[in-house]
Amino acid sequence: MTGLSLWRMPGARVIGVAALLFLYLPILVLVALSFSADDSLAGWSGFSLRWYRAVFADDNMLAALRHSLVVASCAATFATASAIMAAVALDRARFRGSSTVEALLGLPLVVPEIVAGIAVLLFFVLIGFRLGLISVIVAHIVLVIPLAYLPIRARLSGLDPSLKEAAADLYAGPVACFRRITLPLIRPAIAAGFMLAFIGSLGDVVVSYFVAGPGATTLPVYVFAMVRMGVSPEVNAASTLLLLISIAVFTLSSRISRRFM
Amino acid sequence: MIRKVALLAPAALWIGVFLAAPLGLMAYVSTLQRGPGGGVIWGAHTADAYVRFLFERDLSDEWVINTDYLRIFARSIWLAGVTTLLCGMIAFPTALWMVFQPPRQRLLLVFLVTVPFWTNLLVRTYAWILLLRTGGVIEHAWAWSGLGTLRLNILYTPWATLIGLVYSFLPYMILPIYVSLERLDRRLVEAAYDLGATKPRMIRRVILPLSRPGLFAGGLLVFVPGLGAFVSPELLGGGKTLMIGGLIQQQFGQARNWPFGAALSFVLLALVLVALVVRTLRVRGRVLP
Amino acid sequence: MRLFVALLCLIVLALPDHASAQSKELLLFNWSNYIPPALLKRFEAETGIKVTLDTYDTNEAMLAKLQAGGGGYDVVVPTGPTLQAMIRDGLVQKIDVAAMANFHNIRPPFDHPSFDPDRAFSAPYMWGTTAIAYDKTALGMTLDDSWKEIFEPRPAVAGKIAMLADMGEVYSAAAYYLGLDTCTTDPAQAQKILELLQQQKSAVKLYSSSGSIDRIASGEVVMHHMYNGAAHRAGLRKPGITYIYPKEGLTLWGDNLAVPKAAPHVDAAKIFINFMMDPKNAAEASNFTGYNNAVAGSDALLLPALRDDPAVNTPADMIARLRPARECPKAAIDLRERVWTRLQR
Repeated sequence: MTGLSLWRMPGARVIGVAALLFLYLPILVLVALSFSADDSLAGWSGFSLRWYRAVFADDNMLAALRHSLVVASCAATFATASAIMAAVALDRARFRGSSTVEALLGLPLVVPEIVAGIAVLLFFVLIGFRLGLISVIVAHIVLVIPLAYLPIRARLSGLDPSLKEAAADLYAGPVACFRRITLPLIRPAIAAGFMLAFIGSLGDVVVSYFVAGPGATTLPVYVFAMVRMGVSPEVNAASTLLLLISIAVFTLSSRISRRFM
Repeated sequence: MIRKVALLAPAALWIGVFLAAPLGLMAYVSTLQRGPGGGVIWGAHTADAYVRFLFERDLSDEWVINTDYLRIFARSIWLAGVTTLLCGMIAFPTALWMVFQPPRQRLLLVFLVTVPFWTNLLVRTYAWILLLRTGGVIEHAWAWSGLGTLRLNILYTPWATLIGLVYSFLPYMILPIYVSLERLDRRLVEAAYDLGATKPRMIRRVILPLSRPGLFAGGLLVFVPGLGAFVSPELLGGGKTLMIGGLIQQQFGQARNWPFGAALSFVLLALVLVALVVRTLRVRGRVLP
Repeated sequence: MRLFVALLCLIVLALPDHASAQSKELLLFNWSNYIPPALLKRFEAETGIKVTLDTYDTNEAMLAKLQAGGGGYDVVVPTGPTLQAMIRDGLVQKIDVAAMANFHNIRPPFDHPSFDPDRAFSAPYMWGTTAIAYDKTALGMTLDDSWKEIFEPRPAVAGKIAMLADMGEVYSAAAYYLGLDTCTTDPAQAQKILELLQQQKSAVKLYSSSGSIDRIASGEVVMHHMYNGAAHRAGLRKPGITYIYPKEGLTLWGDNLAVPKAAPHVDAAKIFINFMMDPKNAAEASNFTGYNNAVAGSDALLLPALRDDPAVNTPADMIARLRPARECPKAAIDLRERVWTRLQR
């Protein structure tokens, strides 16, 4: 089906494109600066790849980058999976305590990061949970569940209930009903939820700082501490690399999914 | 019923064990005496932290009401509210535009909206500083494109903070709304237009109701974390005014007052809960006959 | 697809965790950009001990993590007052630095600081001061060496000042200027400090503890409340940036190497600390960080730019103005927080 002719909604296109430009404006600046030969951020002084070389020579930064990607993938996956299940369970739910559970699912959003970080650390120490990369993943899953949950929930609540009723009438069991009917319909929400959870995990600084074990630093924590001196172009180069990785992952996954469509 | 519980178990248990329980610990901490160098004295109780929120001892050692913290809370609520509103106003047309694209491009757009957020917020905020400061990129670009000279005095003011906040939270508003609107049946829209519906009517009667769950989800994802945001106010706002996020961080840092930091977070939590309860009651009141 | 990712995570996590208690490893928790990677590599080559470095950006962040029970590090780098608090709270262990082979290199007064008089717990690392740096060339004039220049700025300077976003440093600076005790517990004195800061606020462009070097070197501000090492690096980037030693007094702070209570590799930590008290290694660290060190004999190995910079190599006639940093009592910290919050509300 072709898209609806947008001349019917001209304002939408203008604002949409403007919003995208707005989102990318600082990105353009930082990508440009990552190629600047000079250390200072005052201006451009010639093209250079020295910062990229610096990134690849910086073992600590590469390790932090690796850690971040691993943590974000794991956390986003588990969070999205459990969010889907929770959203299905709470959809049109009127059982006692359902609003309490919904509040619980949204709790990570309300708690300020530093409180969450210290609280979870105190708790880990109390129960003797060894700090490392796993402690970071565990904490991140908690933090990003609401990010995955809310879009999926929003989408589910907008679904036409008669579809499920029709499926039930045709003797489809609940699992089949979910797999064949609900799941395809909420697929964009799952993708959106996963992406939000992923970037939520990639961006977390404070909690990661507190619950990471020695040697388990993630990229934002590493960068945060570096920025005290000022943002060096090395950080910009690392950020640009991260952008390239994200584009590569997306292209790859859309190729694969098209193959298996 | 059992199935429902089983489905809920992973998410609920995870948060219950790894956040609710730690928070309980924090609630306990908020009732303790602060340690001399930070931390707490386990076992020594006091209500100091909660008293401190509203009262202080003035120069003549009398208890007076201290409005400092209340003002900080009020300002954060105001800023988070305005941010949510602006995000909504920008995100809604953007989501609408995304929905009207051909299917293959839609997923690309969803991806494009989140790509900037793969980079660290701090790095992007520093890029904003370079853009907004006097003698910065925007001023240069303006002059270079022949539009004359522009003096931007926006950096280190609340406006810059607002720009930074809207920037940080925009995808969290765009994606939920998009996800709701994706259900829009274009044929219905075309049919309605053919039957003489005007654009405002279309938006009001068809599109807006459809997007309501998305708007609510997006609103939560922006407003609530926005209350605790501290990067934009510190960097773009010039560190001149405190928000809740910075205030609480300060308690665990230089102020060496963990119980007070914990108490402040629970005041925040209480506020959000109250707001949500009020909203739920109003919605339920409208839905039930 | 999601299953694939989940399996991948499990595999990656199942990989052996090499943070075991071999003595051939050192877990270092340091400020960011505060020790040259090349030096760590040389340490690894000379001793066979592998170093893992994690970073933090403030004393408070490090302290909070350790107080909450986190860490598992072998060496941390607290500033004097923070170390004092850590010793008092039992967060660091006795390693008897005074008995180490290289201890005789440490020059006074760093060999018996007030926070660790017997050097039982720590060794000195870098030391520095906090005061004012200004762009002499941009302003075209020489300013007095007084805090007055930043608290009651001249018209040319007003509106182009940056203060550190550190309540301790700003409060102390105001206290020095007013001739008050930086750890005052008198509310009336705190009130005076508050009034000074409030009156100064309109002339301050921003409060920020990060990116100071770039900020003053790029001309965004002409005067910055700054650490001397940062001022030195700014001066390298833009000659003309001058550091002032205010006559009313300024803070002298020192960073130290200490070993947390539950450190897994104490032997490796001791070897490392002894290593850092060698003049050659201390000089290499100084050249990288831009700060001075406490090891005699390292002067000859410092970069000339560093050695000749009065900001880093404090001239003899300015030493009397330095005031060692102190950890204030709870009541004083409380007053300080209230002043800062009132200033920022």
